[in-house]
Amino acid sequence: MAAEKAEIDALKKECDGLRTQIEAARKAVNDGNMSSAAGSATDVGRVQLKLRKSLKGHLAKIYSMHWSSDSRSMVSASQDGKLLVWDTHTGNKLVAVPLKSAWVMSVAFAPSGNLVASGGLDNMCTVYNIKAASPKTLRELDAHTGYLSCCRFLSDNEILTASGDTTCCLWDLETGKQKIIFTNHIGDCMSLALSNDENTFVSGACDSLAKLWDLREGTCKQTFSGHTSDINAIQFFPNGNAFVTGSDDCSCKMYDLRSDQEVITYQDASLNAGVTSLTLSNSGRLIFAGYDDFNCHIWDSLKGEKVGVLSGHDNRVSCTGVPADGMGVCTGSWDSFLKLWN
Amino acid sequence: MSNISAPNSSLVLVQKAVKQLRLEASVRRIKVSQAAAELKTFCLQNAHKDPLLTGVPSSDNPFRPPKSCILL
Repeated sequence: MAAEKAEIDALKKECDGLRTQIEAARKAVNDGNMSSAAGSATDVGRVQLKLRKSLKGHLAKIYSMHWSSDSRSMVSASQDGKLLVWDTHTGNKLVAVPLKSAWVMSVAFAPSGNLVASGGLDNMCTVYNIKAASPKTLRELDAHTGYLSCCRFLSDNEILTASGDTTCCLWDLETGKQKIIFTNHIGDCMSLALSNDENTFVSGACDSLAKLWDLREGTCKQTFSGHTSDINAIQFFPNGNAFVTGSDDCSCKMYDLRSDQEVITYQDASLNAGVTSLTLSNSGRLIFAGYDDFNCHIWDSLKGEKVGVLSGHDNRVSCTGVPADGMGVCTGSWDSFLKLWN
Repeated sequence: MSNISAPNSSLVLVQKAVKQLRLEASVRRIKVSQAAAELKTFCLQNAHKDPLLTGVPSSDNPFRPPKSCILL
């Protein structure tokens, strides 16, 4: 017993030493930050986007939305118990998927456009074929022991989920079974984002940490700290070398993968609302962040300045997304509306 | 739940923690100034391809119904 305790103590000491080593290594490369590097870039000026469409149809709070890879269709999820697939060019509803459980928290479109997935307090991720004559349940992925906070398709055969049980999971859709379970977070996983090459993904959790994972090995490669509260939203910067997070601590941060640390924080003394969602414009220059204050604030990602706001919702902005062609931004809210801006 | 706790679960946990930290410590890091410069370069090089920065002309705006007549 004593020998084991001694071994545990020695290992704990090694942990402390390693943490100190990591901090020192980060400090050693911390020779500047984004706003100083960005000094020479021209200002974007005031970004004033107009409301182009308000999509009415849901009868309760919207929790999630996701663009199709065709940049035209979009799926939204509401706690009215429905997923709606929209044609954003006409504003028409294409498909309505009734959910077994109304407590939905996340929705995703497969890159093929054939499938959508959703889940929430039922702890499951349900995959639907929306190209069938009427939406057909393809799979019910049932193994998480906590709520489903986020899901993203890699293809029609694989999907990645994040859960309140603190794990993320890669599923095989042909068998409906878990392929890899990603464990390391010590708080509810709230959000995930896939890299373009689909070899890695990042996750944000209630332990205020973001983590980079190897999708095939199942290992956590890097851990990023700095936030002081739950991370609710996470997105990759378009070149894949950085990612942006949004948190209940009212700030967003950009972390660079290769310097293994935060490079800039987006915060403002007048903004005292938590960040619920975020998305980036195609060049990565603009960050659209949805807040509990009913607005979507626009940040210049390089200079760290607020450059605009999308106002119009009557309740919390819960989700945002820019389509692949970058032609606009969609905001979804607890006020039951989705709005399209450009 | 059984009252018999696994005798070496704390040991296993701290061994896992050490393994993970060793992995994270071994990352090769580049200077923040270099990382920031590359992010800036990417933004500037792609700015002309970013419709939310350049603006979307009314005639090409997919979310706005066309005002003109359709020629049949």
